[in-house]
Amino acid sequence: MPHALPENIAHFARALRVAGLPVGPGTVLDAIAAVEAAGIGSRDDFYWTLHSVFVTKHEHSVIFRTAFEIFWKRRHLMEKLLSILMPVAHAPERKPDPVSLRLQEAFFRDVESVPVERPEIEVDARFTVSDVEVLGTKDFAQMTAAEIAEANRRVAALVLPDDAVPTRRLAPDPRGHRIDIRRTLRRSIGEGGGIIDLARRGRKDKHPPLVVLCDISGSMSQYTRVMLHFIHALMEKRARVHAFTFGTRLTNITRMLKAKDPDEALAACTAAVQDWSGGTRIAPSLHAFNKLWSRRVLTGGAVVLLVTDGLERDGSGDLAREADRLHRSCRRLVWLNPLLRYDGFEAKASGIRTLLPHVDEFRTIHNIAAVADLVTALDARRADRSHDPRLWLKAA
Amino acid sequence: MTSPSQQNLPASIDETLALLKRGQYVADRSLATVLFLALKMGRPILLEGEAGVGKTEIAKVLAATLGRSLIRLQCYEGLDVSAAVYEWNYAAQMIAIRLAEAEGAVDREQLSAGIFSERYLVKRPLLQALEPDMRGPPVLLIDELDRTDEAFEAFLLEVLSDFQVTVPELGTIRAPAAPIVIVTSNRTREIHDALKRRCLYHWVDYPDAARELAILKAKAPGAPEKLTKEIVAFVQRLRKSDLFKVPGVAETIDWATALTELDAVGLDPQGVTDTLGVLLKYQDDIQKMQGGEAKAILDEVRAGR
Repeated sequence: MPHALPENIAHFARALRVAGLPVGPGTVLDAIAAVEAAGIGSRDDFYWTLHSVFVTKHEHSVIFRTAFEIFWKRRHLMEKLLSILMPVAHAPERKPDPVSLRLQEAFFRDVESVPVERPEIEVDARFTVSDVEVLGTKDFAQMTAAEIAEANRRVAALVLPDDAVPTRRLAPDPRGHRIDIRRTLRRSIGEGGGIIDLARRGRKDKHPPLVVLCDISGSMSQYTRVMLHFIHALMEKRARVHAFTFGTRLTNITRMLKAKDPDEALAACTAAVQDWSGGTRIAPSLHAFNKLWSRRVLTGGAVVLLVTDGLERDGSGDLAREADRLHRSCRRLVWLNPLLRYDGFEAKASGIRTLLPHVDEFRTIHNIAAVADLVTALDARRADRSHDPRLWLKAA
Repeated sequence: MTSPSQQNLPASIDETLALLKRGQYVADRSLATVLFLALKMGRPILLEGEAGVGKTEIAKVLAATLGRSLIRLQCYEGLDVSAAVYEWNYAAQMIAIRLAEAEGAVDREQLSAGIFSERYLVKRPLLQALEPDMRGPPVLLIDELDRTDEAFEAFLLEVLSDFQVTVPELGTIRAPAAPIVIVTSNRTREIHDALKRRCLYHWVDYPDAARELAILKAKAPGAPEKLTKEIVAFVQRLRKSDLFKVPGVAETIDWATALTELDAVGLDPQGVTDTLGVLLKYQDDIQKMQGGEAKAILDEVRAGR
């Protein structure tokens, strides 16, 4: 193998890492071994050899392809990139070709970029219904320590609807329904084989996966911060929580919310989501979820928490069909509606009437000031007939 | 010099392609590259992709063409060590204890060592795969890993990186030569990075028209030439439309076989509508296609020819 090749592979790996691929030093060694094993034949073989080691997720293929093409195709550019990655930073003499933003960051992160002035969009869309896509950014107020502690305490005590699901795994349990022969035998050897004392096993329960679909359109904007904080606290406490936001488009924010610090997590969400406080398109968002994500996150009997005011202009068959599909793919669909600020609320809006027949529970909340309010609204121990969606349909 | 485990393994990517072709598997070069590397480096291979693109088939073909035995572990929720790795033969153990008792002098240490010996061990797929095999290291297929839970995945880490299993009573059992491990996943959930890191990864995609045609010729040789071509064009076009679940290669093969059985020589709107259930498995999708869209696609396919 040429002397420079391992070094170049290491540089390439470094660029991939910055672009967000999980590439550790072990992977680099594997890559070098793989290239050694395959031998360098055609460029294509080299591509797939590196691909098999560096890419561990289908989504990463695109980034890998672009990176590969930049890095291994044009020698002069590569040298330039390498020189940029060196501690002494030179400004690039030539403007690079347009590549994906993440890769630009990966290759040019040490270079000062000219800040692009973005016009700030401020739209107060509360209390209105719109399906116009308005892309906006959002800044959340930072959390106070007391707020974080209170949220964590409340979420830890939260019991969600349908919260314990029996698994097919067994654990030692003195009142279990099955005999644990292995432990029984071991015990009886201890007794000298004279007495056989039965040990038992029983089913283990665990929380089902939870998927939160959160409306962040203009009419919901005042609740968004508390909602996101709530989801973040949930993720801390439980395994298998996935979160999505939707206004005019669906965004998976699970990864952003994985950051330990709630402020950091919310800042990451702010950067990732593009349709803050804009219009609402519930049906297309649900469609996107059903098509792209439902099969990946709803396995194992997930409970879906749909947080929206249901104010959708388009009351056509699409919304009913998508809600129905969602309802059929999950264990329980809980709709949390924060619109109910007034006691005299009736389910009259067409979007609400369309969604109601497809949910298992209709949870209402008058005011979301803190995570505690959400926990109270969702508590499964609060048995209440008002959660039955049929009652709301009848009353309207 | 080749070690026994390297016997009759392909020596290049081209040879791997030829090997798969001998087993009636039409692969593209990217898959052949990954397979070749996995065989050469002795690493497990993780195949992800939609249902019905031929992930499981790769393991079967590999076992058949290399002349190795195929050991299959089908994953499901609640899969545990006693079903995947080993279990003690309790009935035999209990008899042994009673016999020892009847003989009188019972030394606990000795009894324990006797009871928990290999004689009373029932071997399940993972342990079987680590056993020496006359025909060379076996092909171990861990199918649909995403169906089981994270706990089992974590257990697999030891097996997949060191090809060894620890039985507390016996100690560590190590494979004399690494088996060929193929892990498949339908991506109904994300596999953990720690496991992915130990494997070579490949996303098995739907084939392009030329490759699908070759697959049909190999797998449904009885179908008339014209029908095969039309089926491929139709399915390729169908994958571009907005369906909940687009048909995989397995469905295409089934459809070709079904239409051949019905003595069709080409696609016609009635025939397509009648047999849509072979191709599409969701009522929403079937309804959508029956509402004229199938005919539109069919016209498009005809016009393209």
